[in-house]
Amino acid sequence: MLVSLKWLRSLVNCDAPPDEIAHRLTMAGLEVEAMEPYHFGLERMVVGRIQSIKQHPNVDHLKVCEVQGSERTYDVVCGAPNVAEGQIVPLGLDGASLADGAEISVAEIHGVLSQGMICSELELGLGEDGSGVMILPSHLVPGTPLAEALELEDIVLDIGITPNRADCLSVVGIAREVAALFGVPWSPPAIDLVENGPPVETLSSVTIEDPDLCPRYAARVVQNITIRPSPLWLRQLLEAQGVRAINNVVDVTNYVMLESGQPLHAFDYHRLDGHRIVVRRARPKETFVTLDGQDHHLQKDMLLICDASRGVALAGIMGGLNSEITEQTHTVLIESAYFQPTGTRRTAKTLGLSTESSYRFERGVDPEGVITALDRAAQLMAELGDGELAKGRLDVYPAAICREPVQLRVSKTNRFLGLDLSREEIYKLLESIQLEVRTANEDLLIVDPPSFRADLTREVDLMEEVARLAGYDRIPSVSPTARVVSAKPADDQVIRQQTKQILASLGFCEIVSYSFISPRAIELLQLKETDPRRRLLPLRNPLSEDQAVMRTSLVPGMLETAARNQRRNNFDLRLAELSKIFIPRENEELPEERFNLCALLSGLRRPAAWNEPASTVDFFDIKGAVETLFLGHGIAGIRWSTTNPAPYLRPGHGARILLADTHLGDVGEVHPQLMQWYDLKGPVFLFDMDFDLFLEKVAAEKTFEPLPRFPAVNRDLAIVVSDSVAAQDLLDYLQEHRPQYAESIFLFDQYRGNQVGKDQKSLAFRITYRSTQRSLTDLEVNEIHTDFSQKVIEAFQAQLRS
Amino acid sequence: MEKEIDILLQETLERLETIDDAKELERLRIEVLGRKGTIPRLFKQLGESHAHERPALGKILNKTRAHLENAFREAESRTKSFAPQISTLDVSLPGRMPYLGHLHPITQVGSEITEIFQRLGFEVVEGPDVELDYYNFEALNIPKDHPARDMQDTFYITDNVVLRTHTSPIQVRVMEKQPPPVRIIAPGKAYRCDSDMTHTPMFHQVEGLMVDRDVSFADLKGVLTIFVHQMFGQDVDLRFRPSFFPFTEPSAEVDILCVMCRGEGCRVCSETGWLEILGSGMVDPEVFKMVGYDPEEITGFAFGMGIERIAMLKYGINDLRLFFENDLRFLEQF
Repeated sequence: MLVSLKWLRSLVNCDAPPDEIAHRLTMAGLEVEAMEPYHFGLERMVVGRIQSIKQHPNVDHLKVCEVQGSERTYDVVCGAPNVAEGQIVPLGLDGASLADGAEISVAEIHGVLSQGMICSELELGLGEDGSGVMILPSHLVPGTPLAEALELEDIVLDIGITPNRADCLSVVGIAREVAALFGVPWSPPAIDLVENGPPVETLSSVTIEDPDLCPRYAARVVQNITIRPSPLWLRQLLEAQGVRAINNVVDVTNYVMLESGQPLHAFDYHRLDGHRIVVRRARPKETFVTLDGQDHHLQKDMLLICDASRGVALAGIMGGLNSEITEQTHTVLIESAYFQPTGTRRTAKTLGLSTESSYRFERGVDPEGVITALDRAAQLMAELGDGELAKGRLDVYPAAICREPVQLRVSKTNRFLGLDLSREEIYKLLESIQLEVRTANEDLLIVDPPSFRADLTREVDLMEEVARLAGYDRIPSVSPTARVVSAKPADDQVIRQQTKQILASLGFCEIVSYSFISPRAIELLQLKETDPRRRLLPLRNPLSEDQAVMRTSLVPGMLETAARNQRRNNFDLRLAELSKIFIPRENEELPEERFNLCALLSGLRRPAAWNEPASTVDFFDIKGAVETLFLGHGIAGIRWSTTNPAPYLRPGHGARILLADTHLGDVGEVHPQLMQWYDLKGPVFLFDMDFDLFLEKVAAEKTFEPLPRFPAVNRDLAIVVSDSVAAQDLLDYLQEHRPQYAESIFLFDQYRGNQVGKDQKSLAFRITYRSTQRSLTDLEVNEIHTDFSQKVIEAFQAQLRS
Repeated sequence: MEKEIDILLQETLERLETIDDAKELERLRIEVLGRKGTIPRLFKQLGESHAHERPALGKILNKTRAHLENAFREAESRTKSFAPQISTLDVSLPGRMPYLGHLHPITQVGSEITEIFQRLGFEVVEGPDVELDYYNFEALNIPKDHPARDMQDTFYITDNVVLRTHTSPIQVRVMEKQPPPVRIIAPGKAYRCDSDMTHTPMFHQVEGLMVDRDVSFADLKGVLTIFVHQMFGQDVDLRFRPSFFPFTEPSAEVDILCVMCRGEGCRVCSETGWLEILGSGMVDPEVFKMVGYDPEEITGFAFGMGIERIAMLKYGINDLRLFFENDLRFLEQF
């Protein structure tokens, strides 16, 4: 909220510098977010003195004035009839703006360079007179900024008002705080009513049909009012706080709202059918045209202010076109009411209409302030429009809103805040913000919250006030004494952390991508109809179609990231993400959230180096990453299946990752079609797996195996088999029929070529033999190995490769 | 003879000092200690000396031999470390470097934050990203149609289900399940439908909660001061400023003195000299009632902070969106 310092200081006697006021407000919970000087739009306007006047050489009715500024004189071409030598006038310099928005610049006017402009009241927005230049008091010093000379300059504080402090949505509210914080006196604006019209009851009436939505409605009538622009002092304060001046009646409603926090509305009395007010809920299918010309379809719980026959205002939000103040208005009915906060909020939200007025009603206005604001507005309107104020006010308030007294225990307050305040100190602090405080006993204060502090209903609310007013700085910082609770981090958190570390040690860079993706991105993966990842969880209000559903796979985000990097010329990619996917569940409100792990490789295997030819990654790099990851977690028995690998992988170049028949995920090269969709340059390899399934397989504890004490004997076995035999089939067989003393079996070579037949390949294994009891002799190993070789050859109808 | 022994010793030691070639050293060793060398010769001469001199001379000779043997061993190890260079390597050529992996800065800073609290006995817990309106709002004292809901633009799945707008619902979930004392720290993603220079629709927060008997606002200040000092440095000034959150009362924003301008006022701190880094407050009694704690018995504080914001301050990152673009040139800097 914007607050004019000038306005503020007219209510509170505080001459502290603006910085200090801003600081204390901020430290009391009213954060001053910005502080800007305000010049009433008169930037680059200065006081000038006309030194001499010459006739314009080319145009009869123009003159060329030499005008003294601060340090130099300006030649100004001027056509006004009333300029005279020695006059003090407003001088607009290059870059200054006029009230109508036009900008002054140095320009040649019929052959003479004009270095500025002498302005009229009208042009400056300071008055109505546009007949000639404005003549300023003769004591003003040339060169003084005009806003300063006319005392129009101000400083505007932008204060962030938290939702609990509705009372501070007004200059009065801020003044009250400043008074308390600086310990200085303040006074609300004085009200002096001259009721010189007929009794208001003879002019109008108010009926509230729905007091639940409108607990209080008050009104006054001002007759024979003249609609005209507001005086400068009022326009200046309004505009400093960002409200455009319109006419005296509308301006007064805005002015009083900014001053007191109570929104008001002015109706053209003669346009109210029956000259009366009825407050009721909207009828089914009722429509209403607001001041801004918009037609609204109302719903049944929306509160409407009506005259005898129709709606005239959306309660607390905006008035209607049918009863607004115009140039012709001469009698005004002023509305001041308390509308129920949540009702106002619901209507404003539903209609998408948020106004200064609705903002304040939603947060709760002061039910007693309704009357002061009404009187204040009536007084100002009568004064500024030469109107006659009807005697008395209409005030319908069927059930008074009461604030319950709140108890505050001194000892509890001190314990809660960590302070050591006396009862008297607390008493004084609360009193400083106009709370009525009584002492019940040594430890107990009873506070009657004023009508403007709807937020003070509980002891803790008062403790907050005590803390805030004492200053958080006064509260010590203490290391808590706490009962020991210690929980070791959950296994899944630890394993996730370890996994990220392992991947980083393999050279992967962790990415973080959005949890929402486009539904199209999942479609592109061509998952099977039955795949749960096709069940999408859409957002009701996404920011864009690209972020419309919660992701059920990390793959789209990964491919998108890879593509973005390639567009930026990063081609050597090693990316990994460990994050959640979201799968909707039947009969459950919340989806299942599962951690997935996805990693991608593309480009160079190792950074380009002078001593190594560049080589690019292939399938076995990504597969190796998976294997290393499993190894790092102590998981053995990983298997690869070529049956139905993920459809987004290139056919024949992908595999399912299996562990004891559980399908953990997929690994392979990205499908060419998908590469095209994402505009990826390839090849690109990735693996994607269900990390929560993987978690279950991670060994809880590692066990130590003693190091071997006896030497190992290595024997190689190279056999030629048909190309169709998968390496894994052989490895499985070797493992399963592992001969005595065979400690490990390792595939160290694959050969295809001239030395073996067509459609054949040679696979070579190194078998390590070792006994845990003794050293094996060559002889016995040879015997075992030869037997074993023979067995393998028979099983696979293979040949030994010599 | 005694003199002769002494000369031999001194000369040999002097020569040893100048030798750094193994072959030359070996030659000298043979000359002095070899089977036909000087020392064995002197031992032979010992037999020819007077019987009464013999024991003393023998002693000296033995001592000298031991001394020399030692000196040769030392020299030998010295010549070994200066082994002759057969070829030279251009060591200025770049070394062979594998790719280095990096954890995302959000992960790194998130861990740094949680670890500080773990050292203070806080347990790390997590909660769902897709959350019931009840946990995200109602149980945190933010009823429907309350203006406080304006503070957060919410993504809705249904009327009752939202993407959590903060990590605070985790507080409620934990307190519902366990009696006090509670000390938790909860990192996670949060979502708000807002996207511009300073907002991304997804971001990361860390939530903290400490609840027990007689936890006071002074404790809140104590714990968060420890955090700020460990995170930003022991000498960083901080201040606690009254604020408002529906689920804490009193509430406090924690500001640190601007790391860029040291309080002078700059663009980063909007000329205020201070940077807001976290929100905190004493848990509102309404929240305790919702989870079945007795607010007369139990007090506590909660706090929350944005990981991206802390990371931006820590590393001087000027654009929030960089975190989610995942440009390799960005990721490789951390």
